[in-house]
Amino acid sequence: MLDDFFIRALIAGLGIAIVTGPLGCFVIWRRLSYFGDTLAHSALLGVTLAYTLEFNIAFSVFIISSLIALILIQLQKRTNLPGDALLGLLAHSSLAVGLVVIGFLTFIRFDIMGLLFGDILAVTVDDLLIVWIGGPLILLILKLIWKPLFASTVNYELAEAEGLNPDRAKAIFTILMAGIIAISIKMVGLLLITGMLIIPAAMARNISSSPQGMVVYSILGGLLSVILGLFTSLEFNTSSGPSIIAASLFLFILSLLNIKQSIKLKN
Amino acid sequence: MTSNQNILVKLNQAGFRLKNKWLVKGVSLQIEKGKIVTLIGPNGSGKTTTAKIALGIYKKIDGEVEKFTNKVGYVPQKISIDWTLPLRVKDFMVLTENLKDEDINEALSLTGVIQLKNKNLGDLSGGEFQRVLIARAISKKPNLLVLDEPVQGVDFTGEIALYKLIKKITDELNCGILLISHDLHTVMSATDHVVCLNGHVCCSGSPMDVAKNNEYKALFGEQASQILSRYEHRHDHIHTNEGEIKKN
Repeated sequence: MLDDFFIRALIAGLGIAIVTGPLGCFVIWRRLSYFGDTLAHSALLGVTLAYTLEFNIAFSVFIISSLIALILIQLQKRTNLPGDALLGLLAHSSLAVGLVVIGFLTFIRFDIMGLLFGDILAVTVDDLLIVWIGGPLILLILKLIWKPLFASTVNYELAEAEGLNPDRAKAIFTILMAGIIAISIKMVGLLLITGMLIIPAAMARNISSSPQGMVVYSILGGLLSVILGLFTSLEFNTSSGPSIIAASLFLFILSLLNIKQSIKLKN
Repeated sequence: MTSNQNILVKLNQAGFRLKNKWLVKGVSLQIEKGKIVTLIGPNGSGKTTTAKIALGIYKKIDGEVEKFTNKVGYVPQKISIDWTLPLRVKDFMVLTENLKDEDINEALSLTGVIQLKNKNLGDLSGGEFQRVLIARAISKKPNLLVLDEPVQGVDFTGEIALYKLIKKITDELNCGILLISHDLHTVMSATDHVVCLNGHVCCSGSPMDVAKNNEYKALFGEQASQILSRYEHRHDHIHTNEGEIKKN
């Protein structure tokens, strides 16, 4: 069954959606969408590193993304530049450096489009293993840090005062973000990973009234987007990443209808 | 002062500096089980800063803080909650600790907001939200309660009821309270120890001692001093609704 590239893509995609659902909620709540983008851009550097040193792609992307997150934290401490400027600086410079390095690697044939937008043909059985071992691991860790992370998202000082150690939770969350980008880059592509994180969660925000509800809807939305997106991609021979994201946009628009109705009800 | 296991938090010459400006300096105080310590002082005198030092929110401080409990309930002075979060009152109640449903209901009933349990936090009025904040802090049955102007925005009768409630909870839970308030009338009657701040500890002691202190008089004026000193014979007067004190 796993011989079929499409089944492989579907299994990988569903595995990713289960993880991006809850992480995406935190990305929205904590206003980290541009942070996610920065990590994703830096993934290109990770990919080139993987090819150069013949490393596993997911592993080297994870290392580079974590490194970029660390550099960001240091820059925030040492400069007076605003956060978004630092994020922009890191995102585009790491993307640029990654592309320059690719230029030097003339002996390797790069599928740039696949890197940027995801490629279902590229998903191997090894990738499936990475998604289905890494994904549940990310979810497990997220569950363990849920309380301090969520409390400090609502109010940092309350969490700190009542002994929850929010700084540690935040650091772990950053690593989890690097993790999800590492395992999903092949499927969704580095330009669209943030979309996979944000759009299902945004859809979920429109139709949920509690944090747990939003997480559940966000996962469901992601799963549905993967299924819809991949079938479209198979049918019309489009890239997998954009098809999945377009499907999630479609769900988001549907969720807006729900808001319209509830506003009508209120009036 | 006694040094025993009753001490929950102890500040020794604690201070906090933001860049080159001292927000507060040289504060020594301790909070014990079953006792209410009140911080008073004008705006910008470092009351909230002192509370945050005691809570361990500020880490790079001068002096020493020893915190002997992690079971803390905190009602901050200002709280900005981001409404990108779908958060109901009952979700907020279990923010830092998982509670049984009856404990949530009990705390919300005590502060008079049980009917708001399923409401979205963003839809509450200022006073309602303040009551929820207090309910959340007491529902976890903490050893230490830190209340930074806990009744701001609460209506007058509610204010008195909430202060009574706070006093009752201290007795029931035998917890220590660090209270910040501008309301000298209501607060002083229940306080065990007053610390008057003005960037440093200007004076401290029992409400009576503080009232007699000249620095306190200079800071708050003669009238405030009279408010405090009346509590010595508080059985011979009543409080009117206007907050005046009438002799019997």
